[in-house]
Order: sequence, then structure tokens, then C-alpha cells
Amino acid sequence: MREYSVFDIMGPVMIGPSSSHTAGAARLAKIAREIVEEDISEVEFVLYESFARTYRGHGTDKALVAGILGFDPDDEKLPHSFEIARQQGIKFKFTESDEESPHPNTVRMIITGKSGQKNSILGCSIGGGNVLLKEINGIEVEFTGEYETLITNHIDRPGIVANVTKIFADYKINIAFMRVYRHSKGDKAIMVIESDQKIPDAAKENIKNIDGILNAIIINPM
Amino acid sequence: MYQFNHGYELLELTKKFNLPISQIVVLAEQEKTGEGLDTIFQKMRNNLKVMREAINKGLNEDLKSVSGLSGGDAKKLYKRIIIGNTLSCETMAKAAASALAVTEVNASMGKIVAAPTAGSSGVIPGALITVARKFGKSDDDMTRALFTATGIGIIIAKNATLSGAEGGCQAEVGSASAMAAAALVELMGGTPEQCLTAASFAIMNLLGLVCDPVAGLVEIPCEKRNALGALNAMICADFAIAGMDSVIPFDEVVEAMYKVGKTIPCALRETAEGGLAKTPTGIRLKKKIFEKVERGD
Repeated sequence: MREYSVFDIMGPVMIGPSSSHTAGAARLAKIAREIVEEDISEVEFVLYESFARTYRGHGTDKALVAGILGFDPDDEKLPHSFEIARQQGIKFKFTESDEESPHPNTVRMIITGKSGQKNSILGCSIGGGNVLLKEINGIEVEFTGEYETLITNHIDRPGIVANVTKIFADYKINIAFMRVYRHSKGDKAIMVIESDQKIPDAAKENIKNIDGILNAIIINPM
Repeated sequence: MYQFNHGYELLELTKKFNLPISQIVVLAEQEKTGEGLDTIFQKMRNNLKVMREAINKGLNEDLKSVSGLSGGDAKKLYKRIIIGNTLSCETMAKAAASALAVTEVNASMGKIVAAPTAGSSGVIPGALITVARKFGKSDDDMTRALFTATGIGIIIAKNATLSGAEGGCQAEVGSASAMAAAALVELMGGTPEQCLTAASFAIMNLLGLVCDPVAGLVEIPCEKRNALGALNAMICADFAIAGMDSVIPFDEVVEAMYKVGKTIPCALRETAEGGLAKTPTGIRLKKKIFEKVERGD
């Protein structure tokens, strides 16, 4: 039997009209913004299935842009996200896809940073404002953003995982969930670690300094 | 120590510790999350604040939903209440108008508390805040009653569903109405047994209600069904406080609701493929909305 917190049932506080089509969409885009780690100049949202069919009536489009701006799902600026994004010089567009997707409420966010680098992030809004990130730059992942989450870019070779978890141990951070993904053997890989405690910046810097780690980012719990 | 999965377990806990449902729910939350009682209470108080602000906004402002399908009806009803012209008594009319107000705020991209869902967000605030005002109850009283409501919601979520896509409108507005009914009973000094009886009545009255939103949006008929859910909660709280017996126990009613939900065809579970959504007018409105709303590029 699933466990529920009081505030799963009486909550969340959110901007309407739909927890899956509005609140979840804002959350997905906010996580994507944190993954990108630089100022954003352009975003293309590719919408699938129910998102593609009903996004205008549910304000899914406004919620996605709001997330890219870093707004939370209960931010009253959310309905005005288009104007605010335009003022900040962020370009955005929506494309409806008729391809199949892992879940009826799915979006691919193709984000171009100020440096010109492109990131492609796929996520699903799975109900009640909860989300699941499914893919980062061609590598399959799976995490919810409900925990403090560390995401690494690294080279697939022996010892990297051990070095990272050693740093978690040194800082007495308990790992709740952990998964490692890769393109192919010896190629680029991603590690996703969800922890029970906050991961201090110093720990992140130590992890970044590990030989073979290309980058590491932390996503705060939503 | 304070955890419960079923109505009968919740009742046993209230007897064992001689506490109302609201207190057991708060203690169970503390036990589960490790958060302080004060923090938990303050969070719920904030929910109450958001609910009250949504009511005030919906009753007084000219709202229009994103789709243009709805908005402004709470204000219309409120005007009739002010001049004393409603057929239902002032309390009933106010509860209905307040529930409408919250759902219109929701549809116009305003701030609400999903209680338990965004689509059913008007029921609990509409009933609770209106009744509390009538009887001069404090914010602390209302906050406690919200925990009572949540206790009922947790049991329904665990044993059935709160989602219209899974169980139809009976699972959303029906559950919200059951939660509100129990909250009203505790607010008015009723016993934990009476809280569950009121919740049973509320679900029994709305059993089988389908989810058929026009254009798939939480507006028609959802907003008015929220008003119905709030009034149903008040009537059912009165039933229970008067000493009436629901005959079918709460846990069995919840199970029945879940089973009924399973037999509701998919077309009538939030897919907008049946019911009011598939009327000629429903189809025409859907077409109009999705052609009209401007693109964001």
C-alpha cells in the first residue's frame, strides 16, 4: 500500500488548472533549467499525446515557459511567463508531435544556452504534479526531482562510481537511490544519485575533480 | 504507532488515545516525516490561507478561464446572496458560491490548493469556510478540520483512488465531499464515528458520478459539481450529527466506490470521449477553443 503525506492529499498549493498539465509541466521545465546550468537563449518544446492535444486549454505552454524561467508551480507570475520570457530575450516555440511517447503527458525540451550549446531533455508529468525525467542528451535516465539529486557526466570506466560514493560517505550523505547509464561501453555515461541529505557545494566540487568526471550538477528537491 | 490504512483503524486509534481524528492525523504525519507538530500545523494553516484568498478572488473579481469557457458565475451568485434573493438559504448559497469561486480561480490560472485534486479544489474550502464563519469558528478550528478531511482522503487514496481518470468524478468530487463532510462534523464537535458516517453518506450520494469534462478541461461541468459536493458535505454532516446511521460502513463504501470506478467505461473517466464532452455543443466548443487560443511563438 502506497504511503501518503498529509500534504500529498491536501496539496500541493499550485497555479491551476491541472496538477498534471500545469503544475507538473512547470516542474519538468524547472528541472531542465537546472540541468542546463547556463543562461538560456532558446527553447523548443516538443509535446506528445495529451500534452500535444490539450496544452493550450490547460496553460501547459505557459507553465513550461515559467519553469524555464525558474518559477515554482505555485508562483503567481506563471500565467504571465510568455511576456516575462520575451522581456528576458528568451525565445520559445511549441511543436506538436504525433510520435509515441513513454507517457501521455510527455515533453521534450530542446534548450539552447547562451554559449550555443544544445541540451535535449525528455520528461513526463505522471499525475498529482509529480514528474519523471526520462532522458538527458540521448542517455536514458529515471529520476523524480523529489530528492536532492546529483547528476554526473563521466567516462564509462572502472573506479568512477567508487570514487563518487566515497565522497558521499566522507560527507555522511545517505544515498537513497542510485543508477548509472551509458551510451555504449567506454563512452560517455551519466550517474544519477538521489540522496536523503543536502549535498554541499564542496562535495560537488570534489566530485567534479575526480579524474574521468566531465561535469556534475545538483538539483535541489522540488 | 499512529499509522492507519482503513477507517476502522483510524477509529480504534481515536479511542485508544482519546483524541479526535485531526490529532491522530497530525501525529501520524509527525511520526512519518519527523517534522515538528508546529511546522505541520503551520503548513496546513497556509493551505487555509490560500483557500480563503481564492474564495475572495472568485467572489469579487471578473474571472475568465484560459479557454474562455467559464468564469464569473461565482460573482453572479454572490450578488444574489447579497440582495437576499437566493432560493437556498444564505449558508447553502454561500457555500456553493465559494466552491464555484475556487474552481473559477483554478480555471483562470490562479492559486489554489489541490484538495485533494485541482479539479475538486472548491469543495472543501466552500463548505468548511462558510460553515466556520456561520458558527464563529477560529482559524485553528478550521486548520484542525483540514487534518480531519485529510485523514479521510488518505484512506480513500490508499484503498481506492482520488483520480477522475481512474475512478470518475465520484473519486474526485465524491472524495472531496466525503473529506469535507468529516471535517464539518469535527468542526461542529461531532464524534470520530460521526465523521466517518458523514463521509460514508457523502460518497453514497455521489456514487457513480462520471467524469466527462467538455474539451477535457476542468470547467464544464466540474465547477458546478464542486458546488454540489460542498452542499452534499453539509447535508451529510447534518445527517451524521443528527444521529443517522449510514448502515454501510465507511471502509465498505470506499471499496464500493473503487469497484464502481473500475466499471465506469474509459470514455467517462476524464478522457472527454463521452457524456457532456461528446454532446454536439461539447464537440463544437472543443473545436472552437483549440482553434482560438493563440500560439506562443
